[in-house]
Amino acid sequence: MSRLLTSATPRHLARTRTLMTTTSFTPTQLSIRHSILSLCRTKFPNSYWREADQTSSDPTSFHAAIASAGFLGIALPESYGGAGLGISEATMMMQSIAESGAGMAGAQAIHANVYATQPLLKFASEEMKSEVLPRIVDGSERVCFGVTEPGAGLDTMSLRTTAVRQMGEDGEEVYRISGQKVWTTCAHVADRIILLARTSPREAVSKPSAALSLFCIPLDRTQEGLTMRRIPKMGGRAVDAAEVFFTDYTAHASCLIGGVEGKGWEIVTHGMNAERCLLAGEALGLGYAALERAASYAKEREVFGRPIGKNQGIAHPLAEAWIRLEAAKLATYHAARMYDESTASEASSAVGQQDVDAPTQKEVGVAANSAKYLAAEVAFAACERAVLTHGGMGYAVEYDVERWFRESLVPRIAPVSREMILNFVGEKVLGLPRSY
Amino acid sequence: MHPTSARLLNILVPIKRTIDYAVKIRVNPQNTGVDTNVKHSMNPFDEIAVEEAIRQRERNKDAIKSIKVVSIGPPKASEVIRSALAMGADSGIHVEYPDSAPSPEPLAIAKTLKAIIEREAKEKNAPIDLVILGKQAIDDDAGQTGQMLAGLLGWGQATYASKVELDASGKSANVTTEIDGGSQQLKGQLPMVITTDLRLNEPRYASLPNIMKAKKKPVEKLSPSDLGIDLTPLLETIRISEPAKRQAGAKVETVEELVAKLKEAGFKAA
Repeated sequence: MSRLLTSATPRHLARTRTLMTTTSFTPTQLSIRHSILSLCRTKFPNSYWREADQTSSDPTSFHAAIASAGFLGIALPESYGGAGLGISEATMMMQSIAESGAGMAGAQAIHANVYATQPLLKFASEEMKSEVLPRIVDGSERVCFGVTEPGAGLDTMSLRTTAVRQMGEDGEEVYRISGQKVWTTCAHVADRIILLARTSPREAVSKPSAALSLFCIPLDRTQEGLTMRRIPKMGGRAVDAAEVFFTDYTAHASCLIGGVEGKGWEIVTHGMNAERCLLAGEALGLGYAALERAASYAKEREVFGRPIGKNQGIAHPLAEAWIRLEAAKLATYHAARMYDESTASEASSAVGQQDVDAPTQKEVGVAANSAKYLAAEVAFAACERAVLTHGGMGYAVEYDVERWFRESLVPRIAPVSREMILNFVGEKVLGLPRSY
Repeated sequence: MHPTSARLLNILVPIKRTIDYAVKIRVNPQNTGVDTNVKHSMNPFDEIAVEEAIRQRERNKDAIKSIKVVSIGPPKASEVIRSALAMGADSGIHVEYPDSAPSPEPLAIAKTLKAIIEREAKEKNAPIDLVILGKQAIDDDAGQTGQMLAGLLGWGQATYASKVELDASGKSANVTTEIDGGSQQLKGQLPMVITTDLRLNEPRYASLPNIMKAKKKPVEKLSPSDLGIDLTPLLETIRISEPAKRQAGAKVETVEELVAKLKEAGFKAA
């Protein structure tokens, strides 16, 4: 092997080096990984993310670069400018973004554009799809997702934001929206919000979920009825998370997704397992990035005349983190593959072909939630260990690991807590009675 | 139609699937070769060659008709062909030999490339005007294929290129090449062979639409016998072994001590 290279390693090679083993991934997944890592590490190095985090400034140029390289449409059909791939590929993309050093901030800057467009694709009218999807894919518009409210987190059924259908001033039907959303990622830079709101009082419908509807609403900042407030937060500070207030905000009636009220919950849940997979991938990326940094520091940093990595007290926790990351990786891509298989089987059963071996929604849900749980826990462990490996330097911004550590709390909390996943597995897999 | 009557140029980029540059190479236990059950990717110098072909087309938009890549290798060499197609090459040729076959030598590769170039001219009516390839592959470091190919074809060659200026209408190229202690400027008429050095460019990342398009681009599969070529090596590898471990040296505190040690070891002032 050429020693000529060791003295002058081309920059384009160093950028795709990682700790993860890549056996059993498809050539397409590997091409995506190679391309994303190259793009991110060349154009958006850690200094970019440190600065964005420190100054709480949106990574606008990053979003634009990912869009112009055609990646935002990864899981959308070619007819809308997408690539027509599945969640297995989208997960790989999100993992590679996080793994490049961009961390959760990089992932969150585009997450909703990849994930929240899925329900749109399945349920929206052709008119809405052809208006919105190509603009999200080419990056000319960004989208955010508004479900959570101060009084409705995991108990979505109790959400209070209302959308009332009325005759507008110009004689066209509109929705008047009032209420508050919270933790809306990228609200300040988004052009549209996918919004879950109540279209009937809870008691007026047969089941609580039938009172909710999903909208795709342009964010018109000239309307007085729309205000936003940025939430100061622990990590991922480059990307804003906001409180969004609607007071008699007016949107054209055509913004209702699916054309019928009461379908909101069904539409939202459709994309949830996909989002779990993406989050699991993002967590993995974060974990591998932190571990790689820790291992390289442990090789270089000398104390008592030898590298600290020679001490098993340093080496073993890092080795354990790697083993757990690899296991979580298998769980994650297993879940993503199941999701894609079930989606493909839905599509073929729609044309009258049943695939009896396809995973059920419950199986997909169990796999996706389990993967998210595992990946989030090991990402946190890897990030914490990376900080500790660096000793005092781990606390310094310059070494990046403190940024990743702060961000590693996100996949543990969102989009569903660890405790709710354990509840879900307890009930659905073990058959235990529900506690809530 | 193109305004001039000049024929548009066709570029051929030979690429090789090699052990990934980041893999630590280990000699196999039988001492017959290196462990090849490791990550492979496109030879980095060939990646630079693919990039250069694409950049030349970007610069001379209407003058370059096609960029074709060719890889001579086992079944998995198709992966590096797809990578090159995702970067922007138009089509590929895979001259496939079985996994069990020994690695061909540069001369056999050069003869195969010559056969392909003749075939492109005769059968495909797409005569090759320019061959751009890596100066060497990072596995065997032979660094001979480009030169041998130019010799077999009787074409001009510019090796270790760090800058290529193509004059498409004049059918010539100005090439800056790396030589010991500096660089030299060469000018040659097409057709010619150019081998790439590190400084030539930095290869791009493939966009997602291009990754998807690459799946549909044509790749022709040939066997060496289709081209009338025998890839059997002329040399026999007798034994491959790791370099001997270097003994640790000793540290000296002062120049005087160093001089004393050198004298001790028998060195004398000139």
